[in-house]
Amino acid sequence: MVENRPVLNIVQHGLLILGAALFVFPIYVAFIASTHTAREVGSGIPLLPGGEFFANYAQVLGEGLSSAGAPPIGLMLFNSAVMAIAITAGKIAISLLSSFAIVYFRFPFRVLAFWTIFITLMLPVEVRILPTYEVVAQLGMLNSYAGLSIPLIASATATFLFRQFFMTVPDELTEAARVDGAGPMKFFRDILIPLSRTNLAALSVILFIYGWNQYLWPLLVTTDESYYTVVMGIQRMANAGEEQPLWNLIMATAILAMLPPVAVIIGMQRLFVRGLVETEK
Amino acid sequence: MRAKRVTFRHRWLPYALIAPQILITIVFFLWPASQAIYQSLLRQDAFGLRTEFVGLKNFARLFADPLYLDSFITTILFSTLVTALSMLTALILAVMADRVLRGSLTYRTLLIWPYAVAPAVAGVLWWFLFNPTIGIIAYALDGLGYDWNHYVSGSDAMALIVIAAAWRQVSYNFLFFLAGLQAIPRSLTEAAAIDGAGPVKRFLTIQLPLLSPTVFFLLVVNLVYAFFETFGVVHATTSGGPGNATNILVYKVWRDAFEGLNLGSSAAQSVVLMVIVIALTAIQFRYIERRVEY
Repeated sequence: MVENRPVLNIVQHGLLILGAALFVFPIYVAFIASTHTAREVGSGIPLLPGGEFFANYAQVLGEGLSSAGAPPIGLMLFNSAVMAIAITAGKIAISLLSSFAIVYFRFPFRVLAFWTIFITLMLPVEVRILPTYEVVAQLGMLNSYAGLSIPLIASATATFLFRQFFMTVPDELTEAARVDGAGPMKFFRDILIPLSRTNLAALSVILFIYGWNQYLWPLLVTTDESYYTVVMGIQRMANAGEEQPLWNLIMATAILAMLPPVAVIIGMQRLFVRGLVETEK
Repeated sequence: MRAKRVTFRHRWLPYALIAPQILITIVFFLWPASQAIYQSLLRQDAFGLRTEFVGLKNFARLFADPLYLDSFITTILFSTLVTALSMLTALILAVMADRVLRGSLTYRTLLIWPYAVAPAVAGVLWWFLFNPTIGIIAYALDGLGYDWNHYVSGSDAMALIVIAAAWRQVSYNFLFFLAGLQAIPRSLTEAAAIDGAGPVKRFLTIQLPLLSPTVFFLLVVNLVYAFFETFGVVHATTSGGPGNATNILVYKVWRDAFEGLNLGSSAAQSVVLMVIVIALTAIQFRYIERRVEY
């Protein structure tokens, strides 16, 4: 800080605390609602936690809302985790290999291959949902973990990140490896991947959150309850036809649905910030 | 395109390495995208029995359709509000956090986590808070004499999805603004302070101009977000209603395809969206090219 201005200091801390409070407020209300009975929530929101915490969470985790056609949240959390991890691992694996090929080899069609991958940066899945859905249906991948994750792996952000990073790796390392008689795959495994460790970790954090928070795609490709993910499942619970929604249980689900990605962000804050700033550049 | 000075030689290995990504890109990307363009030139009868080639008629019909034009205006209003609200809030918070020496990490932690909340979940959270019968904010507004009901009032519904969509995006903008501000050399602001410029003047004449690349970048990113990633916010809360008050373009594409089964029109809408996103991305890349050079 350049100079000392007590009034300004108070204002700035005040604004920051206000901002943080605005962010926490919905979560606080959701948490409070998730610890009461449906009747208590329905008759005006209480401001302090109630005594139904264990009962509500046990019910959503174990039984789900069978009346609303929602499977147990435990299962949906598992599906979300499978999807998020498959997207993360899949994207990183194919991107590492293809950017290695593009940077470290000269081969016919290299530029064409690069642009084929590059063009995917342009179109999010939201824009071409129907034809993508038809392709997945034709391949018999509806209601499967493959259908949930593989179509979302087709995007080039990770490839570009690795390509840019590989370009900064000194040529001397490659030369030294070659002099020592190491083939390309040995160089890739023993030198390039260890050097990319931080990038790999940072990108994993971003991709996990991206995968976990998918909504439209799981909504389309799953009609079988046993493949529902938690983020899309909430909507089914909240729009449960004629009945009054059971807000206490919906809020318990919302809390559970945001817990894993929020925990990842807070736990891996440094890597997350780095990954975010680098992927978007 | 650049390559390394030192490269490996191998007859088939590079193809094998690149094959998985190319394969996935062709099957799940190029093929569906070209299908969308092709279908946009076709019209099917209601039972899907006959298909005829109609050229650009789907597009002509689309732009003559008042519902579609309404949806366009709704989308523009929605994205402008989301972008303005989330960027302004984030900028204020980032400027404040940048000035704080102690506890800035704590503030950062408190302010970045909503980014991890899925748009659909954010929608459900705010929907609950604004619920006309039991929502705590609706109750407070009632106390202030405002009768909130987003099931009836189109502007209330719009306000709901704008708040839900912007809430989550503030954290994202905050991170980039904070990074941008911290990249500005302290010596500049210190020199200005010695010359007698107060904090507000310093912000307007030094920090804001130097921050303009970040502002521009975030403008594009936020527009893309509001246009394309807010499906969940709308679907989980207002379902495009009341009437068509919150029927934004991505939602309409989905509804016309999967509920209306109007494939030609939906495909044409997809193509229009593709053009928009390509234009926005192109702008972003031009700008990034420039930034990489200096």
